Amino acid sequence: MSVAPSIASKKVAPTTALEIHDLTVAYRHKPVLWDIDLEVPEGKLACIVGPNGAGKTTLIKATLGLVPLASGNVKIYGRPYREQRHLVGYVPQRETVDWDFPVTALDVVKMGTYGKLGWFRRPGAREREWARECLDQVELADFAHRQIRQLSGGQQQRVFLARALAQDAKVYFMDEPFAGVDAATEGAILRLLQDLRSAGKTVFVVHHDLQTAEEYFDWVILLNMRLLACGPVETTFTRENLHKTYGGRLTILDQAAEAVSRRSPE
Amino acid sequence: MFGPSVVWKVMLGAALLGAASGFIGTFAVLRRRALVGDMLAHAALPGICLAFLLVGSRELFSLSLGALATGLLGVVCVAAIARWTRTSQDAAIGIVLSTFFGAGIVLLTVIQSNPTGHQAGIDTYLFGEIASLQSRDLGTIGITALTVLFLVLLGFKELQVLSFDPEFAAAQGWPTFWLDLAVMTMVAVVTTIGLPICGVILMAAMLITPAVAARFWTNRLEHLLAIAALIGALAGAGGCLLAAPQLTATIGLGWLSSSHGVPPGPLIVLAGTALLMVSMFFAPERGLVARAWRERKLRARIAQDHLLRALYELGEKEPEARPWIDQHRLMHHGHWTPSTVPFRLSQADRKGLLEHQSNRVRFTDRGRALAAKLVRTHRLWELYMVEDWRRSPELVDRSADAVEHSLPEEVVERLEALLQSEGRLPATSLGEVPESPHPIEP
Repeated sequence: MSVAPSIASKKVAPTTALEIHDLTVAYRHKPVLWDIDLEVPEGKLACIVGPNGAGKTTLIKATLGLVPLASGNVKIYGRPYREQRHLVGYVPQRETVDWDFPVTALDVVKMGTYGKLGWFRRPGAREREWARECLDQVELADFAHRQIRQLSGGQQQRVFLARALAQDAKVYFMDEPFAGVDAATEGAILRLLQDLRSAGKTVFVVHHDLQTAEEYFDWVILLNMRLLACGPVETTFTRENLHKTYGGRLTILDQAAEAVSRRSPE
Repeated sequence: MFGPSVVWKVMLGAALLGAASGFIGTFAVLRRRALVGDMLAHAALPGICLAFLLVGSRELFSLSLGALATGLLGVVCVAAIARWTRTSQDAAIGIVLSTFFGAGIVLLTVIQSNPTGHQAGIDTYLFGEIASLQSRDLGTIGITALTVLFLVLLGFKELQVLSFDPEFAAAQGWPTFWLDLAVMTMVAVVTTIGLPICGVILMAAMLITPAVAARFWTNRLEHLLAIAALIGALAGAGGCLLAAPQLTATIGLGWLSSSHGVPPGPLIVLAGTALLMVSMFFAPERGLVARAWRERKLRARIAQDHLLRALYELGEKEPEARPWIDQHRLMHHGHWTPSTVPFRLSQADRKGLLEHQSNRVRFTDRGRALAAKLVRTHRLWELYMVEDWRRSPELVDRSADAVEHSLPEEVVERLEALLQSEGRLPATSLGEVPESPHPIEP
């Protein structure tokens, strides 16, 4: 009896890296994300695109459990985020931290290993070596011992990416890694994203530049408080979908949100 | 009144307190919670008064418990106001701090107006009292300091990632709320222990000043903690020394303290500020003096570069390698104030780059070699910019000036190779000075 060939011949459905069901997020009674439902298969470079205030950052934060959900749930490889933290890497926006903080580039990258180390265990030689490799991957090996303020904006961004690499994850969430970086950094980040995809990782990137979105990514999530489209770039990144996402300043959703926030007591 | 053993006891106590508050204060400052410490200290006053009214004596333990209770109540109030109303955190701190302190002063006045209360001297809690260090068990301070030291070292990595990037820490699964609470609790405990010595009004300085002063000396968090503890210890010991005239006299420094009866709180703060000033001005890298000095040196180097280049360009067409150039011509050649030229010339002379002869100057061999290198960098950069940045050659001269002083040698070599491979430089010119892309004489 041969079981193996029959399994191999069966067409295997692609694994789903991220699943979001009925997700709604509200800040002070004002909804910022409504009823998001999406699925993204493993191994995609996905960009999250939408106008300012569309809830792109909130979508990432909700996925990572950083903001409370009004409803819905998020699954990474079929299980809740809480159980899958070790599979996830995170690159927050660069402006969210104080770059005068007294640490070196290597110190910051080492922070990526803290999650797996667990309580009170100090990073040792192995973690230091691994952090160095990650810095090398973003082409900053020579800057390991610089205090982080002595780095350029693009280099700081790459330190953040190296820290996410140090998390050794399968799914990455990056909040505007291309914002305000020089051409060298943009190139380095792009190469890194492609390397991650070849290694079978899934990457979600909040992206502002519609010109390059189609060229850099193979999956697109169009967002403007609600989900307008989610799918492969070729079929989803269409004029019609973009118009739905960006067109019409005051959509019916805005008005509804205003009405809800007026009605509820502060 | 003070024997030598008491002197050391007082100093040791104050130093341990300073070290502990410098240590944990560093995290309060890095986490941008410095003012929470101030609020904690002020909000402790009503608790001290209430505890005295309840217990009826100046018993240290119950007063400390009272201080801790209202201090933490203040923290809860700030968090609640910031969370449930649209008031910002700093405004909330201001409101809670003054309200609690006001209530404390009312209670204090009530206590002072009654004879037993007046005798108990609760009012020394405002600015601290040196005597509290004699009567007090050194053990309490020592154990607190060691506990704080141990806990911070144990959770160093957790506190580091929390202070640097709380959202990343939360995404990694660290319980940021509870870690923040742990830091604040340690701040509260150290504050409470320090209140009898430093007083409620100025205790916050013990938390904030050492951390800020230490930041001037280092770029590493590990070192920052150690230096902050050291500065805190020095400030604590120094302030106590000044506050006790008999004490200074005992160790032979009577001339230091003309002050009779100044409480230790203000003196500790002033000692801390003195250390802060020293750090701010004289720290080797981040200090103001060092920064001004670096700035000055850079400006002097750029001025000298300009001078050497001008001298090179003026003599470039002459047949001899090191022609004599008239100083007057030099003064009107570059973009500088003519009056600064003689000074720069004599500086370059002292370095052996030039030689003078009445009103004329020329390079020494060393000076010429250096100038050739400078001109080469300048022109390679100019050539690169004309083509690659689509600029007009006249504009290029000024902007090349800005960059070339910081171009490292390997970049210059790459630049040269690039220009040569594109056929914009003759193939045999490696290491030589290329022609200028714009006319030289003004």
